[in-house]
Amino acid sequence: MSDSNVTPLTKKDLKSDQEVRWCPGCGDYSILNSVQTVLADLGIARENLAVISGIGCSSRFPYYMNTYGFHTIHGRAPAIATGVKIANPELSVWMITGDGDGLSIGANHTAHMLRRNVDVKVLLFNNQIYGLTKGQYSPTSPVGLRTKSTPFGSIDRPFNPVSFALGSGATFVARTIDTHPKHMEKIFHAAAQHKGTAYVEIFQNCVIFNDGCFDSVANRKVRDDRTFDLEPGQPMVYGKEGDKGVRFDGFDVEFTDAANAEVWDPTRPTTAAAQILAELDADHEKPTAIGIFRQVQAPTYDGGVRGQVNQVLATKGRGRLEDLLKRGETWTVS
Amino acid sequence: MTVNSQPGAELPLQSQENVVIRFAGDSGDGMQITGNQFTTTSAIAGNDLATLPDFPAEIRAPAGTRPGVSGFQVRFSSSDIHTPGDSPDVLVAMNPAALVVNIADLKPGGIVLVNTGNWGETDLKKARLAKDPLKDGTLNGYRLIEIDINQRVKEALTDSPLSARDVQRCKNFYTLGLMYWLYSRPLEPTEKWLKAKFGKKPDLADANITAMRAGYNAGDIQELFQGRYEVPPCDTLPPGTYRNVMGNEALSMGLVAGAELAGLELYLGSYPITPASDILHYLSGYKNHGVVTVQSEDEIAAICSAIGASFAGMIGMTSTSGPGVALKTEALGLAISTELPLVLVDVQRAGPSTGMPTKTEQSDLYQAVLGRNGDAPLPVVSCSTPSDAFECAIEAVRLAVRYMTPVILLSDGYIANGSEPWRVPDADSLEPFRVKFQTETKDFHAFKRDDRLVRPWAKPGTPGLEHRIGGLEKDEHSGNISYDPINHERMTHLRANKIMGIQREIATPEVFGAKEGKLLVVGWGSTYGSIRSAMEICLRDGKSIGAIHMRHMWPFAPGLAELFARYERVLVPELNLGQLARLLRSEYPGVEFISYPKVQGLPFSTAELVARFDELV
Repeated sequence: MSDSNVTPLTKKDLKSDQEVRWCPGCGDYSILNSVQTVLADLGIARENLAVISGIGCSSRFPYYMNTYGFHTIHGRAPAIATGVKIANPELSVWMITGDGDGLSIGANHTAHMLRRNVDVKVLLFNNQIYGLTKGQYSPTSPVGLRTKSTPFGSIDRPFNPVSFALGSGATFVARTIDTHPKHMEKIFHAAAQHKGTAYVEIFQNCVIFNDGCFDSVANRKVRDDRTFDLEPGQPMVYGKEGDKGVRFDGFDVEFTDAANAEVWDPTRPTTAAAQILAELDADHEKPTAIGIFRQVQAPTYDGGVRGQVNQVLATKGRGRLEDLLKRGETWTVS
Repeated sequence: MTVNSQPGAELPLQSQENVVIRFAGDSGDGMQITGNQFTTTSAIAGNDLATLPDFPAEIRAPAGTRPGVSGFQVRFSSSDIHTPGDSPDVLVAMNPAALVVNIADLKPGGIVLVNTGNWGETDLKKARLAKDPLKDGTLNGYRLIEIDINQRVKEALTDSPLSARDVQRCKNFYTLGLMYWLYSRPLEPTEKWLKAKFGKKPDLADANITAMRAGYNAGDIQELFQGRYEVPPCDTLPPGTYRNVMGNEALSMGLVAGAELAGLELYLGSYPITPASDILHYLSGYKNHGVVTVQSEDEIAAICSAIGASFAGMIGMTSTSGPGVALKTEALGLAISTELPLVLVDVQRAGPSTGMPTKTEQSDLYQAVLGRNGDAPLPVVSCSTPSDAFECAIEAVRLAVRYMTPVILLSDGYIANGSEPWRVPDADSLEPFRVKFQTETKDFHAFKRDDRLVRPWAKPGTPGLEHRIGGLEKDEHSGNISYDPINHERMTHLRANKIMGIQREIATPEVFGAKEGKLLVVGWGSTYGSIRSAMEICLRDGKSIGAIHMRHMWPFAPGLAELFARYERVLVPELNLGQLARLLRSEYPGVEFISYPKVQGLPFSTAELVARFDELV
């Protein structure tokens, strides 16, 4: 995928001529910036980049990228991205979705894309709200959230996107934060390197309808003490001073000092440990895990589909239309 | 069908022009296989033929019950025929339920062959029969032939290593053998087929062949029948290489041919649904033609992945039936708005909702022509016979790539599962319509139109043509998002005019029969055969009647207004409550269209059409 004879791109090369129209202060701006930074770095020719989105604020993303792009319909981006990747495996396919698009109307397709392991990079902008329809609760909104459609508080139990992805058999799952460009770029790089579906949840602030929804963990003042970064092969150390650590105690997580921190391994045979860490975000007292939850190798679906066709072509030879039409018993009328 | 019986002498052989046999039994009795084998053998014998399978939606309804009855009707003829026949000459009934469900259709004086091996008290009870129809006068006026097929098969296979249960599963081949004898058919094609099918299980092949031969010999030895028949080859078929083809298979081959003629790789995204699943099955088997098939998680994903594939430069296709089309509707709008080529195959079935999945209907015409949000026209092509499905599939692919538009191809359950002899076209004679992708970067934008109002197809991977498309309205002059009111109106007209422009390359349908006169019959889809047969009868009687059959359901062919004006009345028979009639009324307000609807999940019979035509001329 990396083309050596390609003139290196700059971030500017990836900006389209369209005016970016998210609300001032929206977390989407910094995500766009980080994506452009990372994609310019990858050494992929611009014409081989395809950005596919569904519907929602985040899904306007392709219009701002000077690559091939497809702004599709609500929830269906995973299916469309699957078709694009199978049709041209040379493309680096990025899918942009939100909590409503990817986990409500499109949750079905998301789950199936993950289990198939289609080689697509998925960025899920999670702002726990429907923004484009002007402020209804979403499938990731916390219970009790008061919105236009839940004036007395939401009674829906939310999805945890990372748990959802892990449960769907995803081979790469990560979480990052819109206010943390350096972390985002590190995660996007890792996602780009992954062969298979790379699923990245991004905590994203909606300044208009759900401002501050991730403040308790994402705010720069508290972030270092309220989050810990899962880095493959590194001890789970966190805190402003880097003095705190995380380790497992059976099926529980113990918050301890840095010296006792356990080394994180996202390639474990099962997702159990990753699930335990993923679900920490339900407890607002404890720090939240960000970084790479899972990173394992598995055959890709697009590779399998193409591989099977190629194998049949190799063993049977290229079929001739004439033979196809005359398959089975034929007879001649003269 | 009177034949003099001459005991002791060789049985007389009588020639017949055409014969209709219906095989009926439990859905586990193998009646579809039996019917298909009889069909193939008759095809090889040179007959023209038409078939009508009729099976329940349940895979195995309770054995012996009426809902579990599966039937297969085959008509074979020495002359040109267009339908599987209104009523059978011969009914094979493997149990009481099969008899009672089908007997009303049998011709007066017709032959009923029953398997008395499945005729006990419990069998009658399962069929909800208080009295035995063999004894209560139900079969008065028919020629009843009773055979204990269970017992005969058991005797024939005493030396077989198969279990008693597996032995009984050879009953259908005994029956087939008997019918082969009655109609003087060769056994070799079926023997060859059995050997190929059970190549790795020679015991099964041997047992079925033995059972079939036993059935055949029974005809000779047991004097069950008063004579044998033969149906000579049909000598009006044009010369060429023929095969028997079912609608779904012909359609699948047409899609492959279409993709090849367009110079594109074929991508099928599909979700299983009766009666369209066979298209997914066939295309999945054509991987040596480079065909990519994906069985998606649902109908929506199936069409969406196909749209993605078209965006990336393959020809995306999706196959489904009515309920699936409903689910795909929003995505069709996306393909219309982004002007991407796509073929959606709708094998119609009786609706609404789940309806009657295995029964035929033409009730998705509104859905195909009108069923989307926004002003969202697309071409609709409809096949009329199993072999016509091949040509229509090519036409659908051609229109899709030539006009950068999704196309709906309508078939139905009757075409999908019906079969007929097909004169195999010479692959080299099919006219290519190779797609030329955009490569020129100068002045490019994705919605710049040519003189036919068609936009360029620029696929990802092409340097310098990076662009974004989507379901939002586009500016006519740049392809960028636009909410400008005048631009939206312009774009809506442009999209509609592009589709209407297809009229330029459609021929006015040819009239069969009177070129002017009292009545014009306007048909579409699978009613072709019934209408044609009824027309032949009416024309023989000198009636002032003509008929056209429509292939392009949107846009309509040019020249129809002039054509309609040449007749006093126009009749529109169709298997719905009058959908085409209504569309025609809105397009040709000056013409009086008489609707002739039928919604029984069954095709028109020739007789009912003749009766209706007679009333009007």
